[in-house]
Formats: sequence, C-alpha cells, structure tokens
Amino acid sequence: MLLMDNNLYREQFKRSFAILKKNVRIYYSKGPVIIFGLLVPFFLFLSFYIGRNMPVEALIPGLLGMTAFFTATSVGPAIVPWEARAKTLERLVSSPVSIWTIFLGDVFSSFLFGVIVSVSPIIVGLSIGVGIANPLILGLGIILATFCFASFSILLSAYPPTDNPASVMMLSSMIKFPLVFISGIFIPIEELPVWGKTISSISPLTYFTDLARHSIQGHSYYPMTLDFAVLAAFTIIFLVVAIKIHERTIRKRI
Amino acid sequence: MNTENAVEVSNLTKHFGEVVAVDHISFQVKKGELFGFLGPNAAGKTTTVRMLTGVIKPEEGTASILNYDILREGLKTRQLTGIVPEMANAYVDLSAWDNLMLTGELYGVPKKRRRERASKLLKEFGLYERRNHLVRGFSRGMKQKLLLCMALMNEPQILFLDEPTSGVDVGSQRLIRDMIRELNKSGATVFLTTHNMEEANALCDRIAIINHGKIATIDSPERLRMRSSGLQSIEVSFDKVVSVDELSKIHGIREARKMGDKMRLYVDEPSAVFDKLIDIARSKRLKIISLNTLVPTLEDVFLELVKES
Repeated sequence: MLLMDNNLYREQFKRSFAILKKNVRIYYSKGPVIIFGLLVPFFLFLSFYIGRNMPVEALIPGLLGMTAFFTATSVGPAIVPWEARAKTLERLVSSPVSIWTIFLGDVFSSFLFGVIVSVSPIIVGLSIGVGIANPLILGLGIILATFCFASFSILLSAYPPTDNPASVMMLSSMIKFPLVFISGIFIPIEELPVWGKTISSISPLTYFTDLARHSIQGHSYYPMTLDFAVLAAFTIIFLVVAIKIHERTIRKRI
Repeated sequence: MNTENAVEVSNLTKHFGEVVAVDHISFQVKKGELFGFLGPNAAGKTTTVRMLTGVIKPEEGTASILNYDILREGLKTRQLTGIVPEMANAYVDLSAWDNLMLTGELYGVPKKRRRERASKLLKEFGLYERRNHLVRGFSRGMKQKLLLCMALMNEPQILFLDEPTSGVDVGSQRLIRDMIRELNKSGATVFLTTHNMEEANALCDRIAIINHGKIATIDSPERLRMRSSGLQSIEVSFDKVVSVDELSKIHGIREARKMGDKMRLYVDEPSAVFDKLIDIARSKRLKIISLNTLVPTLEDVFLELVKES
C-alpha cells in the first residue's frame, strides 16, 4: 500500500509537476502552438510599428511584453475545457490530487512556455544591437510577469464552466486584446492622457512593459519596486480567485 | 464505524435539477468482497460511483472508504482506490507508457516502482508491445485494458470498476474478468458496476440492485434466485406454431413469452402445467420437441425487481 506522504502540501506540490509534464507533452510541445505563440505578438507588433519612426530600443520592451503575455496565456485557458471534453478531467479529479494541485500544474506549464518563448524577442533585440541595461531586473521581471500571466490564464477559463474550448478562447481573446492596447505597449504610458493612464493601471501587462522599458531603455514611468509589487499582487489575486472559482465550478464540467 | 467494511454508505443522495439521481441509499461492502452494483440505465449506478470516488459531491448522507470520510478525507480515500470510470478516458495524445507514468506520479508512486508496475501490468494485459504507441490508435478493448492498468498502478486496496467490460470484444472481456477475479483473490475489494447479469453472476459475492436511485435489494446471486421462486418457468417447443395468447389462457401460467422457436411459460407450480401442455399437444395434434423446467436466472430476478420498484 502506498500511503500518502505526511507532508501533504509538499506531496501535492510534487504532483502538480506531473500535471505540468503532461501539459507540456500534450499541449505545448506541438509545433503550431509554439509558432502561433511567436507569430501573433510579432505580427501584431509589426503591423503597428511599420512606417513609424521609432528607435529600435523602444520596440523591444513592447514586443517582449506582448510575447510574454500572449504565450503565457495562449493554451492555459483551453486546458480545462479540452480535458472536460476529452473526458480526462474526470480522471484527474478522481486522482488523489487537490483542485489547486491541478491548476498549479496548469499555471506552471503556462509559465514555463511563456518564459522559454519570451527569450526570443530578447535574442532578436540583442542581435540587432539593443543593449540590456539591467539584465537581472529583466530576468526577474520576466519570471514574475510570466507567472502572473499564467495565473491569469487559468482565471480566463474559470467561468463559465464549459467544456467548449472555442468558447473559452473567444472569451479570453476578447479580454486579452483590449488589455494589450491599454498596457503601454504601442504608446508609452507617459504619452497617454490621464484617463489612458488610469485605465492602463488596471492591467498587469502595464507593469511588466514598464519594467522591461526600465531594463532596456533605462527609464520607466512607475518606480521599479511598484512594478514588482503590483505584479506580485496581481499574481496572488489571479491565482487565489481562479482556484476558488474552479473549486466551485469544476464538477459542473464533468 | 466497522473496520470489517471497506465501504460504508449511509443515506447518500444526489439530485440533478429536479431529478433524484440517487435517493438516500445505504449499504456496506465488506473488505475483500467482490460487490456488484446492478441497475438499468439511469438507475443511479454511475452517480453513486462518482460520489464515492470524489468526482461529484453528495448533497446528503455520508460515505466512508476504508474508514476515511469521502468528503473530509477525500485525498486519502482516493489514494487507496483504483478507478475505471465509465466515461473517463486515457490521454489519447500520450503513449500507453506515458499514461501509466502520469497515473503513477499522480498517486505518488516512486519512479522505480512506477516503471516496474507499468511493465508488469502492460505485459499482463498484452499491451507491452504497444507501450510506446499513442493511445489515439488503440481499439476500444485496448483502451479499456489500459484504463484497468492505470487503475492498478497504485496497488489499490479497493477498486471501483464502472462497466469495465462494456463495448469490448469477448476475448478482452474474459481477460478483464479473469484479472478482476485474480485481484479479488489477492485481497482487493472490488466494487463492480455493471448491467451485465452474466458478469455479475459469475463474479460477485453480493449484488445490490438499484433502480430510480433507490436500492431495491442486496443479496448473493444465488439467494436472489432462490428468493424468486415465483419466477420459475417452463420452456417448451412444439413442431408447429402455437400462439402466445393460447398458452396464456392455460390455468397456472402467469405469463407466456415467445423466445425464438420456443415458448417461455412463467408458472407457480411447473408440474401442474405439464399435464395441461400434453393435453393441448394431443388435442391439437402437436408434437412436443422439447420441454424443460428452468430455475429463475439473475436476469429474471433483476427484471422482476426493477418492475416492482
């Protein structure tokens, strides 16, 4: 008999890595997912910047922000409805894992995918001669922001409790795209009107883009500590609220 | 709490909207028992299993598995059980091997043991050669065998099998039934949900019959048959066609049914009907091809109980 480890949380945490591995194998290692994750922010960005006379240093923070945001939220919202439809969610729920273990695994996999793909705009920037003033801040910023966006991705699928991935993806696109436009990616925050600054302050992406500008261009709109603090606060709120909602609704999907 | 029982259920209830899926059911399953849970479609079998395995929550009542409460100690109960759910699936985009590794990790089975268990189970179920193939290409029978392998990865003390042989070929059915017997013999408690009477009769120590969300009866297959003496029947075939209506009119025959080229006559006292059948054969110049008395089958008992409830 294989009795549960006395340390319940440690054991559950370990099991969330099994969910991570499963997600990577099934959802993230597919060529189209990776290509889509790279191309969407890249082309969206190009369509805005082509024809504008902007310094290349100003391009990379926005591209990095969009890449991290889109990749970390690309698959996460669809995992639960996919699994509900494929009848594998019941298997997970009937396993000795908590609901939070399942969703932490989903967050970890989105996070890992987001971090790995986010390296590409940095490589692009470095290859065209963009210098990184503060690599440590940039690295920490990518880690925190990608975890924040990964947590946001499971919130996007929390309600309604559907087993239709297309519905969730449509709903999440309706939320994700407007967020990109209000987060200081295309227009730096300092150039926004007051109402624009107010709206942009409710988006977690704003704070990561600000951090990226600080790391690459050497200046930012908000103090760096505030960027980190707000990203951390958003992460906790997204994670707690998403897991609470999923705990209430997951059985309605089965 | 009785330590002799592997499963204790008391007043378990679940509604889906206005419909009562499971209506205050209570029963116990002893440790080491092979317990059958029978019922027609939509009787509440799968809902009961889903409640016991933590997939859905009951609205009323309590249940414990190996003395752990299913609601308060769900992780412990799920750790000790293996499940072959009726509706759930293996991951079709993973190989058989990866599905087993994932299951092992979810149950906290150490890596070395995981690999040993997976190899052993895949060999026993004849899937070892296909271990690296994606489950997407598996037949229904192979998927069902894989689900059973997954259920056994953690060496469970109690096994919940929801229609484990449904939709699989005869050879696979036999293999799965043999495995269930072996597991039970080695000490595992088995909770088998099925609507296959032959399967329940051949495997189970005791059977609960559930209908409209309520337990109609619980007993051993043999005692259930003995209890239903009113279901005795005679099977007769004549060389010419005799109508059901004509035979139904004979005193002592409660019901007559055409079964292929034979007639099944449900009677209270078989010997009293023999003479009358012979009289009819003589008067109508019919030849009796065969005449047999039959004890009630589990299917007869089941249908009778379902009809009553």
